[in-house]
Amino acid sequence: MSEIPSELKYADSHEWAEALDDGLVRVGISDHAQEQLGDLVFVELPEEGATVTRGEACAVVESVKAASDIYAPISGEVVAINDQLDDSPETVNSDPYGDGWLFSVKPDDASELDELMDAEAYGEHLENS
Amino acid sequence: MTRKTPLFDAHEAAGGRMVEFAGWTLPIRYGSLVEEHRAVREKAGVFDVSHMTVVDVRGSGARSALRRLLANDVDRIREDGQAIYGCMLDDEGGILDDLITYRIEDGFYRLIVNAATREADLAWMRERLADDDLALTERDDLAMLAVQGPLARAAVAECMNAPVLESLKPFRAVVHGDLFIARTGYTGEDGCEIVLPNGLAADAFAALLDAGVVPCGLGARDSLRLEAGLNLYGQDMDTTTTPLESNLAWTVAFEPADRDFIGRAALEAQREAGVPRRLVGLVLGAGGIPRAGARVLTADGEGVVTSGGFGPTVERPIAMARIPAGTATAVEVELRGRRLPARVVKLPFVRGGKILDGVLDD
Repeated sequence: MSEIPSELKYADSHEWAEALDDGLVRVGISDHAQEQLGDLVFVELPEEGATVTRGEACAVVESVKAASDIYAPISGEVVAINDQLDDSPETVNSDPYGDGWLFSVKPDDASELDELMDAEAYGEHLENS
Repeated sequence: MTRKTPLFDAHEAAGGRMVEFAGWTLPIRYGSLVEEHRAVREKAGVFDVSHMTVVDVRGSGARSALRRLLANDVDRIREDGQAIYGCMLDDEGGILDDLITYRIEDGFYRLIVNAATREADLAWMRERLADDDLALTERDDLAMLAVQGPLARAAVAECMNAPVLESLKPFRAVVHGDLFIARTGYTGEDGCEIVLPNGLAADAFAALLDAGVVPCGLGARDSLRLEAGLNLYGQDMDTTTTPLESNLAWTVAFEPADRDFIGRAALEAQREAGVPRRLVGLVLGAGGIPRAGARVLTADGEGVVTSGGFGPTVERPIAMARIPAGTATAVEVELRGRRLPARVVKLPFVRGGKILDGVLDD
């Protein structure tokens, strides 16, 4: 069974979002997503300062076999990216909720987070998909 | 309705993630694709390749029929058990399939053809060999395991009680009881392919796993063959390409000149006029991973990536690409709207566990 931390919010496309103390939102992919994708070998992130729109593709993660789009779980401006992933994309596999985070957003409207699933709902989403 | 191999239950028990491939249900990977890939480069891995089609050709007309059917010449086989690799062409020189042909004994050949082309191959053979004195038998009763890696042959010798493997030369096969064991493969490493009755496959697979051989899926099979520069039919070649455009000129036996194989006239015409395209290796730096279908821009014109991915052994994005004939050594690959520089290199990228010279020179 994949890990689903209770303090995070989830999109049905398997990204997670975490409200940080400073009002920013950190984004990554779920344990289930990394497990489905397999060994990641390349991550293409948005640039700092770029605007991302909820539900739209904003990053790409690539396994040996295939490339997959990452969709922004919340709209806003990208204020930080995890550039450690340039050298070690496999961190997304080993620590998807920690060192394997992708980018942080200054949200246009923090209440968009409320529209994402909580851990329990995401767990049910996985069971039903 | 997809077909299951005799190892279906064993794959599920080993944690295989099953996918559909060429009409069959097979594991794409069990755990980590990269670990499976490395197991084959460094130790030994086993693949279920029971989807491959085994066709036996027997009869007094077999030899002459195969000399007409195949672009390689079965008369290059000098001893029983020896194999040749080559293509079956259409009249225009387009590749219908690539296959290995073993001569088991006089008048008895075994062909191993691709799963995806099974129906078309058999129909073509039945049509073109209708007047020959031979029998074509598809061997649905046989399964096939590929055991690959530097320790593979020793593991098979031990598990199958077949010490004869220690002295088996490359591209040779032996009949060992119910097993047909060949020193061939699709990974760029030493190893064997074992053709065996369906009913024996599960026990053989289990014995290999017990001996420490790592089960490997289609994903690692693809990344290994890509690094080894081995073409995949339907992807790197098909009926719109000739062997001369597919890095397979070495498999076409133009000598003796009086052997009139199917497609010969077309290949001679293309050779005479100049082969317009070549299949090459590409190595990229950072910035993305080339995938099949990506455009390749060269000084000689535009080409296309036929197979691409990340090479777990070379640790670089790599590809096979068909580009216009010429001398270009620096090209660009278009990925998601950007153009990334790539170097043209000679294939393969990896052989016998070693990265070849020139692949990593940045």
